[in-house]
Amino acid sequence: MGQQKTGVAASPGIAVGKAKVYSSHTVHTPQYQVDDTAAEIERFTRAVSASADDLLSLEAKVSAELGPDEAKLMEAHRLILQDPEFTGSVTSHIETDAINAEAALRVVSDSLIALFESMDNEYMRGRAADIADITSRVMAQLLGLDYGFNAGNDTDMILVAKDLHPSDTVQLDLSRVKGFVTDVGGRTSHTAIMARTRGIPAIVGLGDVSETVSDGTPLIVDGSNGLLIVNPSNEEVARYLEQAQIDAARAEQLHALIHESSVTLDGHQVELAANIGVPGDAVIGVAHGAEGVGLFRSEFLFMNRDSLPSEEEQFQAYQEAVQTLDGKPVIIRTMDIGGDKSLDYLQLPAELNPFLGYRAIRISLDREDMFKTQLRAILRASHYGRVKVMYPMIATRDEVVAANEVLEAAKQELRSEGIPFDEDMEVGIMVEIPAAAIAADQLAEVVDFFSIGTNDLIQYTMACDRMNEKVSYLYQPYHPSILRLVKMVIDAAHQHGKWAGMCGEMAGDLNIVPVLVGLGIDELSMSPPSILPVREQIRQSRFEDLQELAAEALRQSTSDAVKNLVVQATD
Amino acid sequence: MKEQVVRVEIREGLHARPATEFVKTAVKFSSDIKLGKDGKFIDAKSILGLMSMAIAQGQEVTLQATGSDEEKAIEALAKLLTEGE
Repeated sequence: MGQQKTGVAASPGIAVGKAKVYSSHTVHTPQYQVDDTAAEIERFTRAVSASADDLLSLEAKVSAELGPDEAKLMEAHRLILQDPEFTGSVTSHIETDAINAEAALRVVSDSLIALFESMDNEYMRGRAADIADITSRVMAQLLGLDYGFNAGNDTDMILVAKDLHPSDTVQLDLSRVKGFVTDVGGRTSHTAIMARTRGIPAIVGLGDVSETVSDGTPLIVDGSNGLLIVNPSNEEVARYLEQAQIDAARAEQLHALIHESSVTLDGHQVELAANIGVPGDAVIGVAHGAEGVGLFRSEFLFMNRDSLPSEEEQFQAYQEAVQTLDGKPVIIRTMDIGGDKSLDYLQLPAELNPFLGYRAIRISLDREDMFKTQLRAILRASHYGRVKVMYPMIATRDEVVAANEVLEAAKQELRSEGIPFDEDMEVGIMVEIPAAAIAADQLAEVVDFFSIGTNDLIQYTMACDRMNEKVSYLYQPYHPSILRLVKMVIDAAHQHGKWAGMCGEMAGDLNIVPVLVGLGIDELSMSPPSILPVREQIRQSRFEDLQELAAEALRQSTSDAVKNLVVQATD
Repeated sequence: MKEQVVRVEIREGLHARPATEFVKTAVKFSSDIKLGKDGKFIDAKSILGLMSMAIAQGQEVTLQATGSDEEKAIEALAKLLTEGE
């Protein structure tokens, strides 16, 4: 029996493979005297040029996947690497002190890091991390170690890390990664969302796994149950491989539904859409049978950079997703920054309560220039398919009216410039603040649609930070208060001839989907791998039964009672 | 040698990305190019030197080029620094 560890089930599926531990480890720097300094300089030069080659191929990959602007950071790293100020000081240290390349590199790197860290500009202080990154890269080359993930040719790699950031995962050849396990994170951390989008099994929040597991350790990742088995027995490997085969057969069965509609036995239709984070994910959505994109998060355009994205850059990203969907609807959510995602270049002040503070539409309405640029880019993309725009974090009707005024100004500009766009582009809002759900009937008068963002709605309704272990038990998606709010929003939309969708985690939860459909939800948007199982479930149900189930669910008074009811119904 | 004083108009100052553009332009010229601020000069082809100057929007810097293409170099680099977004 292997050793078992339990974490958060972040992305379902089974992976059997070997650990590849990723750490931005500070390797021990060997120090010794050298006689042949010319040979040592030659060794250093080769390491630099190999590192530069790596960066160059990484640049091409990042440019293709995340856009040219993201790639600029890699380019900056490459320029630093080849900067005579940098290489020159290392070689002169090797020469004058007759020391090995690693030791010389460490001296130069330490002094550069100290220089940047001493600057009074916060941005420049951050550049110390760039120097450290470049140093690790060259150091790994010198020592013949793997840098980051770009290791070997293993195809059964299970990535083990403390945490993974977008800048880490973009460097990965995901076709070689069988699974992810990380020390920290929850179901909505970057690793979890990325893994679900790609259909790669993942467990997060495992505590200290990156320190206790070493490279090559055999692992089984049971992403559906959040179970990690370290050094599994042959019997366990056989059992899980068998399960993986059953899963594969099941995937094939679901695949047959890719071009089918999501309609109940008695003819009630629901639209199933995909949540995406970067334009490239649109392809994944389509591959999983998405009937549209119900949530295109635009944050990626604003993150990991040092200035605002231009209109043209945004337009190209939106256009790419819109064209991939080929006439199917794409809902683009305007910038949702703030809360847990901050941007250095916006110089947002630190807040005591970031989730109750300056974020999303609140920033957009305050920084009208920035907001209008984004709306212009979205409008321009609307000419190439079916685009809808959605405002996040709406609390009041005044905010919708104000946002629509900026939208009208953007339209006016485009008209006078003769730039084409869809004059009838639908405008909707995220319903994620209880105030918006409660006054949904009044909001319905000024929007074309609602999309219920359950992650925040639950958090705000229950007044619980779900990342806080002490109170996360209060994060109850099935709680009667949540179901009532969802019903209020759907009813308000329908009374005004509008439609209501949902784009939070709940939308892909097979236990609660029957209730949501019974309540009359028109659209469900979820991570792509959830689409086909939900479609299958809808196609096997009768709308009449689901309506009854929903009515019964609303009569329950606890989350557990609802859970028992729905689990019974879906069994 | 040719010299020109310019006021930096790049909105975010000469941070990593604009610095990258600046260096890429500078290395296209064979002239020896220097950039100075407050009497301190660095090699304009060095991104580290450039970043260590922490040049912000609105600051005045001096461009100096010596070589066969010095005029073109100053012209191109001054244009880059003075064109805000």
